[in-house]
Amino acid sequence: MSIARHSFLEATARARLAGILDTGSFREFCGPGARRTSPHLKELGMPVAFDDGVAVGEGRIEGRPVLVAAQEGGFMGGAVGEIHGAKIAGLIERALDTRPDGVVLLLDSGGVRLHEANAGLIGMGEIQRRVFDARHAGIPFIVAIGGRNGCYGGTSIVARSCDWIIGSEQGRLSISGPEVIEAVEGIEEFDAQDKALVWRTMGLKHRRLLKEADYLVADDMAAFREAILSCLGKSRPLDLDALEQEHAALSTRIERFRDCADARDIWSRLGINAPERIPELEADEFNSLIEALEGKAP
Amino acid sequence: MTDLSSTERLIGQLFGDAARTERHDNLIIGEAPFDGQVLAVLGTVDQTYIGADAALAMARAVLDVMRDHPGRAILIIVDNSGHRLGRWDELVANNGCVAHLTKCLDLARRRGHRVIGLVNELAVSAGFMALGMSTDACYALPQAEVRVMALNAMSRVTKIPLDRLEELCKTSPVLGPGVRNFVRVGALRGVWEDDPAEELRRALADNPGEEDMRQMLALERGGRTQAQAITHMVRAGLEA
Repeated sequence: MSIARHSFLEATARARLAGILDTGSFREFCGPGARRTSPHLKELGMPVAFDDGVAVGEGRIEGRPVLVAAQEGGFMGGAVGEIHGAKIAGLIERALDTRPDGVVLLLDSGGVRLHEANAGLIGMGEIQRRVFDARHAGIPFIVAIGGRNGCYGGTSIVARSCDWIIGSEQGRLSISGPEVIEAVEGIEEFDAQDKALVWRTMGLKHRRLLKEADYLVADDMAAFREAILSCLGKSRPLDLDALEQEHAALSTRIERFRDCADARDIWSRLGINAPERIPELEADEFNSLIEALEGKAP
Repeated sequence: MTDLSSTERLIGQLFGDAARTERHDNLIIGEAPFDGQVLAVLGTVDQTYIGADAALAMARAVLDVMRDHPGRAILIIVDNSGHRLGRWDELVANNGCVAHLTKCLDLARRRGHRVIGLVNELAVSAGFMALGMSTDACYALPQAEVRVMALNAMSRVTKIPLDRLEELCKTSPVLGPGVRNFVRVGALRGVWEDDPAEELRRALADNPGEEDMRQMLALERGGRTQAQAITHMVRAGLEA
């Protein structure tokens, strides 16, 4: 029984930064004081935020320099608009100048902000281009997912363009939101109200089992911090050999699970004896199972 | 004899009958001689959806070009309705497959392949991100459509009445569908108004280089007036 957990899920973007970074180390760029609000939301007569829903800046984790962005899920579902996207793009450009031990993205977003859709979409492409620029320059990118909005749409593509993905079981990582699938394809294809279905299809436990995510942690700020720390300074190759390996792994996956209709079918095929128990496992039990499955000593 | 897709007709317009392309389901993969060089040609047809299978098949084609034909220019003919909305595609993590495709296109650029995108009919949201936005220059035909979401669906999600959205779209380049808007926000380098073969010739000659020019284009074209300044501000580490 764990006590005095500090929930990542419940925290605001700035509380997450306070929980992840060394005390007092965060210095924000283009923060609320700059009052750079979305001109497009204003045009629509909608509420704006002084930070446009994302805090970006620099700080330290165990003394090691990092650049960080934290999306505020409480504002427009963390969705990416012109200013929001441009702040993250600038942060990543800065990484080329300051060469931190890692760029940490705390993602909590439904994707593109529809109220400024075109600017949001190109913003995603610009973020992704810069992630690749910085990765090719040897700077590691670490994504953490554990907020209420999950990581959807273009943000889910950005996440998988980074080196490492960490998430809690409350986190979700998928391109389409459940409501969108249900609205377009019908409730037979996806029942968005079925939370258990949503979590086992899109949740981070399933993503970890597929190796789409690297670390499953408890919904605890200290656990996120520790996992992020373990990734600092570690880059993954992005050359032709690495992409051939990724291609082989993805191709094997889609053939192996071609006839699977539910995540439980996939888990069973992975060799899990009691797939129905996966959702109830605590993070440490789940990780012991992963170690056993993947052949590492527990 | 089946009807040719618009993508296949476009390939005919660009290369005559010299193109050596094959159709596999909704993908077109092949090569075509052009002005004394050979281009790799990769396209989709019939406004297909980009599911995990399509994303991986296209990634395979890009990897093959990098391995077998270093430096060969790649023309991507874009015609899609976005990513596939389906339970199975989400189960196997379509976002990872789409990201993989973008990594392949991006690596090709970095290894010296020109990667030119051309939206011939439709590009929607993640389908545009996966293909058009990972190129070093993306263009569109004048009659093409690029969008994040159709306006009536956007109206439902944002709860902004459709007539108001339509009114706003008359002046705002960031909101509504359309090639002109995507030119203004810098997502498209230009529209191919002239003969496509002549436009392709120009696109091949106009190498935008390594730097991402899209924020600058957006500022010049009045589509995104703040993005570049904000990015510069954050890069410089300015607090306000």
